[in-house]
Amino acid sequence: MFDGRDPIYLQIADQIRGEILAGTLSGQEQVMSTTQYATTYRINPATAAKAFTELVDEGLLVKRRGVGMFVADDARDRLLVRRRERFFTDVVDPVAAEARLLGIPVEQIVGRLRATSTPGPDGSGRTAEEGS
Amino acid sequence: MSFTVSTRGLTVRYGRTTALEGVNLELAAGAIHGLLGRNGSGKTTLLSTIAAFRRPAAGTVLVDGEDPWENERVMRGMCLIRESGDVQVDLRMRDHLGYLADVRPNFDGDLAGRLMDTFELDPKRRPSKLSRGKKSAFGAVVGLASRAELTIFDEVHLGMDAPSRFAFYDALLADYIEHPRTVVLSSHLIDEIQLMLERVVILDRGRLLLADDAETLRARGVSVTGPAEAVDRFTEDRTVLRRQQLGGTSQVTVDGGLSAADRATATQLGLEVGPIDLQSLFVHLTEKEVVR
Repeated sequence: MFDGRDPIYLQIADQIRGEILAGTLSGQEQVMSTTQYATTYRINPATAAKAFTELVDEGLLVKRRGVGMFVADDARDRLLVRRRERFFTDVVDPVAAEARLLGIPVEQIVGRLRATSTPGPDGSGRTAEEGS
Repeated sequence: MSFTVSTRGLTVRYGRTTALEGVNLELAAGAIHGLLGRNGSGKTTLLSTIAAFRRPAAGTVLVDGEDPWENERVMRGMCLIRESGDVQVDLRMRDHLGYLADVRPNFDGDLAGRLMDTFELDPKRRPSKLSRGKKSAFGAVVGLASRAELTIFDEVHLGMDAPSRFAFYDALLADYIEHPRTVVLSSHLIDEIQLMLERVVILDRGRLLLADDAETLRARGVSVTGPAEAVDRFTEDRTVLRRQQLGGTSQVTVDGGLSAADRATATQLGLEVGPIDLQSLFVHLTEKEVVR
């Protein structure tokens, strides 16, 4: 369930973000309570609460007093915008750096991406534009 | 309704043996604290001194701001369960629970009944007739159902089989969430309990080695693996807890978290950086003291 790499609360938060992105958790849906999280995974309730606080601060979860935590309506859109921004710094830049190190020309990488990416409706293989 | 614990210069001696020396410790109210230490490190001495079963040779103990010694108010809110139950062994368990209902202000008889079922304990029997594991389980029932403002379990898991231990952890967490209170768990089974802990205290040979957030400690140790020369270069200015070498490859355990920049440097040097779990960190920190 948890690995030792990151603090547990970050791992819980990441897991919930993943579920929102994948659509397993959709807008307005209720998420497990701190209590349920703590007892299900045998973790300190303060750890679970910290994960929820982080997600509330990010606007992904909304607290309804006395009822529980719910996924915000725009949670998935928010995550997509953030992830798309980070995609270039976190994924593309390291690839570029590694390619430079290995002497792989950019055209070859682009060719590879074209060959492996699923073609769009117009067959161009272009992915969604930023903000679309 | 949770007690704090504060010790200053706490020193306990048995004849000429010093079991605890100059321990300054603060336990925050309402948290689950783990007390870790090797055999003979002073865990039981510390816990029985806090619970006023033993008087310090020097220094002070304050529980909820007061000296617990012969302090009726504080004693009523404190429950220490030592290994194998710490209960009156010749009393039927039913009668023992009845007695607790009279003396423990927060005692929950329904919870006690449910836990007796969970651990398959027959209330008509006496602890003296039970196996070690069942005696411990009854100790767990007493400790949980007493719902004391300061609840201390000193290796209460001893003799309990794995299903019983996990039933105990589940019951503890569930009741703690409903009724938050200060809990101290002392155990050698670090892997089993570590995620339940908010704070960790480590004793080493009668002294306080550290007291910190469990999350901080989990992030504290790092293992660095790679070509021996690169590992040496990377770990030059760091506190090394353990060094292993196999041919040209070294694996070093470093004390102290790495910054993002440190990690980038490690990657550039072709080193692999991995986490160290609490149990390994504990072993490295306490064995180092012994080896030197």
